[in-house]
This record gives sequence, C-alpha cells and structure tokens, in this order.
Amino acid sequence: MSEPTEASVRAEARAWLEANWNPDRGLVEWRNMVIDSGWGVPSWPKEWYGRDLPLALERVVEEEMARIGAVGVAKAGIRRLAAATLLAHGTDAQKEKYLRRSLTGEDTWCQLFSEPGSGSDLAGATTRAEFKGNRWVINGQKVWTTSAHHADWGLLLARTDSNVPKHQGLSYFVIDIHQPGVQVHPLRQMNGHASFNQVFFTDAEVPPENLVAQVGRGWAVATTTLMHERRGADGVGRWGQSSNRQGRIYDEERAENATIIEPYKWYPQRAGRVDLVIERAKATGRNTDPVVRQEIAKLLTLSKAAEWTALRARAAQMQGKPQGPEGSLGKLVSSHVARAAAHVHTLITGADAMLTGEDSPMGGVIAEILVSVPAGSIAGGTDEIQRNIISERVLGMPKEPRTDNDRPFRDVPKNLVV
Amino acid sequence: MQFSFTSEQEEFRSVLRRFLEEKSPPTAVRRLMETDTGWDRDSWRELNQQLGLSAVHIPEVYGGQGFGYVELGIVLEEMGRALLCAPFFASTALAATAILNAGTEAQKRALLPPIADADTIATLAFTEPNGRWDATGIETTATTEGGRFRLNGVKSFVLDGHTADLIVVVARRPGTAGDEGLSFFTVPGDAAGLTRRALKVLDPTRKQALLEFRSVEAELLGEEGAGAAPFTKTLTQAAVCLANEMVGGAERLRQSALDYANLRVQFGRTIASFQSMKHKQADMLVDVELAKSAAYCAAAAAAEDDPELPALASLAKACASDAYMQTAIHTIQIHGGIGFTWDNDTHLWFKRAKSSEVFLGDPTWHRELMMRAWGV
Repeated sequence: MSEPTEASVRAEARAWLEANWNPDRGLVEWRNMVIDSGWGVPSWPKEWYGRDLPLALERVVEEEMARIGAVGVAKAGIRRLAAATLLAHGTDAQKEKYLRRSLTGEDTWCQLFSEPGSGSDLAGATTRAEFKGNRWVINGQKVWTTSAHHADWGLLLARTDSNVPKHQGLSYFVIDIHQPGVQVHPLRQMNGHASFNQVFFTDAEVPPENLVAQVGRGWAVATTTLMHERRGADGVGRWGQSSNRQGRIYDEERAENATIIEPYKWYPQRAGRVDLVIERAKATGRNTDPVVRQEIAKLLTLSKAAEWTALRARAAQMQGKPQGPEGSLGKLVSSHVARAAAHVHTLITGADAMLTGEDSPMGGVIAEILVSVPAGSIAGGTDEIQRNIISERVLGMPKEPRTDNDRPFRDVPKNLVV
Repeated sequence: MQFSFTSEQEEFRSVLRRFLEEKSPPTAVRRLMETDTGWDRDSWRELNQQLGLSAVHIPEVYGGQGFGYVELGIVLEEMGRALLCAPFFASTALAATAILNAGTEAQKRALLPPIADADTIATLAFTEPNGRWDATGIETTATTEGGRFRLNGVKSFVLDGHTADLIVVVARRPGTAGDEGLSFFTVPGDAAGLTRRALKVLDPTRKQALLEFRSVEAELLGEEGAGAAPFTKTLTQAAVCLANEMVGGAERLRQSALDYANLRVQFGRTIASFQSMKHKQADMLVDVELAKSAAYCAAAAAAEDDPELPALASLAKACASDAYMQTAIHTIQIHGGIGFTWDNDTHLWFKRAKSSEVFLGDPTWHRELMMRAWGV
C-alpha cells in the first residue's frame, strides 16, 4: 500500500464521513462508530482504534470532520491525557478496559499529580501507596485537581519507596474515585470560582492490576501525561466551542460540554481577552488618549507576534522540519500577553476597574479579567519553570544544580508548612 | 500568508550566511567603518557579480533578479546579522523601491539596470533636519524654470548620501503642505549647487550625510505633484526591510551573548549556569523570535501587497526596534565590563540597533501609524 498523503487521507476520511455521519445518532453510538473506523484517533496504532497516520495528518481529518459538522471522539477534560498515557504505558487489559470508554466520553478522568507540598517539583510528591495484603493502600492529599468532582477515574502519582532517590520511588496508578477513602473538596480561588479540587486519600484502595507500568516507573509515565498536557491535549482550548447546530448528537455534546465547562467559564478571561480591547477603547473614548493608544498598540503587537510565532511553529511541523525554538515559547508568551491585556483593560476602564460584579463593565467580565490573569503564569508550569525549560532544552544551557537527586527521598528537605 | 520558508529560500539563506561570514567578519566591519565612505566599491561590485544581491527585488525586465519581499527580507536579515558595510539599504531597499513606485516605465528601464548591477549607487533623500518621517516633514521645494526643475532645501540623515552616484529626492511644489504637491526627482551626486557633507554618525557602519540643494537642476521622476502615494508606499516597504535587517542583528547578538555566558567562569561555574542568566536568555529568545515572526509576516504581506501591509509594516518595525535594542542592552550586560570596551564587538551591533530604532521613525511613531491603519 502506498504512503498516505494529505490528499488520500482527506479523500478517504471524507468518503467515510459522508457515508456515515448522521446528527440524529446518539453521541456514544456515533463515537463508537468513529472509533471503529479509525478516524477518531487516526494517529493511534491500528490495533487500538487508529490508523497509524503521522501526527501532522490528524489536522486533515479534523478539517474534514469540521467541514461536515461531525462530532469527534471525546476531547474535553483529562480523558485525552488518560487515553494517551494508557496507550503508551498501559497493559493490554488496561487499554481494553479504559481506552474506548474514554474516547466515547462515557468515563471521565482527573489527574492526581500536584500536591500542596509539590507544585513545580511534581516528583516531590509525598502521597503514599503501600502494598498491604493484596492491594495498594493510598494516603495523602492532592490539589488543583480539575474535574475531580465528576470524575470516574483518577491518574494517580504516588510514592511507593522513600528509600531511593525521588524520581525512582514513584509509581503510577489508575484509581477509582467513587470509593469511601477518596474525598473531593472544591478549592475556592481568588477570583471567587471553585474550578479545582483538593482530593484527600484515607486508606483508599487500588487493586494491583491498576498499577501502570512497573513499580518505581511512575515518573516516566507521568512525563508522558505532562507532555500531552503541554501539547494542549487537555482540550481546554476547545471547551466552549459547542455549536448551535440542531440534532440529537449536538444536544448530547452540548450537555457533555456544559458539565465540564461550568467551573471554567473564566478561562477566556485568564488569557486577558485581547479581543475586547479595541471595542472597549472605542466605546469608552479612551482610544483618543495617546498614552492609552501606545499601550494598546504594544499589546496588539505582542499578541499578533505570538499568534504568528505559533503559526510558524505549525507551518514548520507541517513541512516535517525539526522543531525550532519558536515552538517552545507559547506558554511563556501567553503570560506576557495576558498581563499586558490586564494592564490595558485597567487603563481603558479607569475608576470602574475598582468595581466587580454587575457594577463592573460588561457585567463583571472586566473585573474577572483583572483577577483571573495571575493564574495563567502559574498553571501548567510557572513562567519561571518555562524559562528553565527554554534555557536548558532549547538553548542548551546548564541544568540547575540539584541537591535532591542523589540521596534517598526521605533525606530530602521538604516543606514544613504547606 | 506564508509562515515558513521554502527549501529554496532556506538554501539561499545558508549560502548567503556562509558568504557573508567570510566576506564580512567583524575585522572587515571595523576596517570599513573607519573609512569616510564606509564601504568599498570594488568589493561591493564583486560581491554583486557573484550573488546579484543589489538586484534581488528588482524585476527581471529592469535587469533585476525578480524576487519578492520574502527574498529581500532574507538578504537584509543576513546583512543585518553580518553587519555588512555596504550601500544596499540606500541603493536597493530605498532608492530602487522609490523608482519602482514612482518612476515612469521609461525611467525604470533607464535607471534600474545600473542599480541592479551595483554600477550605480543610489540613495533616497527624504528626511530633513526637522527629523520627521512623513510628508509633513518635507520642506525642500521644487520650482520650475523654463521647463526645468530646480531644488532648494536641506536633506539630512541621507544614507550614503555623500557617496551615492544618484540621489532620489522628495520635494514639494512651493506653497503646498502635507501630501499635496509632492514629487520625486533624481539628481546626480555631483550636481552643481549640491553640497554634501558626511555626518558624524553614532553607528559608523552605516554612513549618513547632510545634503544642501541650492538651485540644483533635477529630473522629475514620475508625475509632478503625485508623489504622496508612492512616497508612503516606499516608506512602508522600507519599514519592512529595516525590520528584517534588525532581526538578523538581534539574533546574532543573542547568540553571542549565549556563547559568552557558556564560556565565562565566575564563582567556579560558567555564568550560563546561573538562573539569572538562563532566564534572561529565555526572555531574549522570546523577544527575538516574536520580532522575527512579525518581520517575516510583514515581508510576506509586502510580497503579496496585502491590504494589511501598512499596519503590519509598522507593527514589525516597532517590534523589531524594541527587540533589537533590548537584546543589545542585555548582550552588553551579560558580557559585563568587557562588553563596554571598544575591542569587544557588541557595541557595533548596539549602535546599529540604536540607529535603526530611530531611522524611519521610532517605535512610538510606528505604533501610532499602526493604530491609525487599523482605524482605532
């Protein structure tokens, strides 16, 4: 068989979609069809619902789906991270049990990595997993857990050995969230929303078949999850993109999205809402102030240049070129854009920037921008960690000297107060 | 819009980079910057015989290579990187572009081939001692006398103005203001009544001159009184050119700062191992890559004569100016004391960054132009 090309993939996907797409099917029924056809996750291996297509050609399939208005496999939430991680590291039994139901959206997931005592330093996790009798027993606390309040399963990073260096003593589990030893509490943020959770484990239980990869290999598995998270596979960018189209399947998709999106309605505000700046400046008349004009222009320059840098990276990827530095800067640049936008919104808004809720312009949206932007430069890797990554991995500068890697984890200094 | 270079363009860039590394090492830059002319006619002609750079964006019908602004941008980026001392910006980026925009068909056929061959070095004289970068700054007058035009006035900041063979001049009909009454003219470098004086420039790698016109006889270029549109277009295209040149210099500085940080040892470690240096380098990479994106995007827009070009050109000019200057400041800081010495090469690029920040209008000016272009 000849190598798939953009044209051949497009033609084949289009033919299949035209023959099978029907918006009056049920969401799960349709997704099972897409999964069986291989067009749901075309870059996955053939034996696991895919077609072994190069990652770059996935976009072609997405374009064809969008063209006809077809719904894809479940992308929102942590499902894709779970699916991608288990695809890479899971046993056949685990893949059999979890992959399909994650892609159909029947199962929802959460990621149990961050802890009060280990944020940037994820490998410093202290939540314990001890093997007692015939199962793993989990004790400890996780935090910043997206979607835990409606998740079925969790991806858990826990310490199985404190007598070896930190990265070697971690293991990776799939844990059933619906059990008495797991308690989920919402965590209220400075912007008033409660989008994340604290998850407490008190003698929670995990059966041995839920260990992913070997004991002590948890960090390598977690790295896979994080890599997909950085690539945006958590689908945050797609949230809220439900269409207004008519049909049973769209109704079901909207309902699915609504459940997931509800706590994250402020995410667009976190990015600074550059899209509002010009209309707000004109509406308030602040566009006539030369100082404000300069600040708006600086913001738009930054935001446009960031957008084009992402397009450069994508164009290079499509051409099959090795990734250049432009592909590693997006996270850090988005923090700059968001901060600049909050600054400009303040300039435009003037005294009203002291107000919130319905007393704030746009029914509170402006106030929400001002108190949500600080999240962007922390979540998913702080700006400082991003700068370390850029300088070490892109520029080849020396790694940070470490004092925590060459000794048993129990001897590494830890937070006294968290 | 094109967001990547073709393999031919990449190949062209790498050939050019190797060539300029050989022909324009810092020793050559330092030798030429100490001369009054600032460049060497024989080696510039020889370089053009080999690579045809001065002809890059001039159409083939006028003796050029017929490439577009993406290729012109590549040439400028590489020249900016090497800090090549040559009359390229004056002759090709400014004067040839002005002739293409303003000249009649017959004038383009007559004037452009020798510029393409680098036999004639041309420049564009538009700015005056008032230092304004648009039509409002033009006070030089063109009067008619027996069917001949005569120029009176002073042009300043004219790139290679004291050495150019041909000077393209923007002047106005007496009694007009703003965009009204503007025309382009050509004047030979040795015209009677023209006094040329080399200015003492902060950036010695790019010479500038003050030109005094006392009843200098001039040839009209294009249509009388219709110069405003081609003038604005030339300035827009020149801003794209300068942005691309600047990102080449910024990239070179960024790399030199990184190389130095990897070599320099203090407190028993390379300074590159300190987080303060790593974070600064990461920020420099962000600045330079964003400016490159803006410059490349503007070049692609110029190549397609996109309606967004005026806004994108100003955006790129402002972005590249800020990035180049900031990179130059960081590069000196990372070098420490040695970075402030004459013997260290950093100041050569620092001075080009400063001069380019101001030339064609500073970032504040271009941000304002961008806002106007977007109708804000």
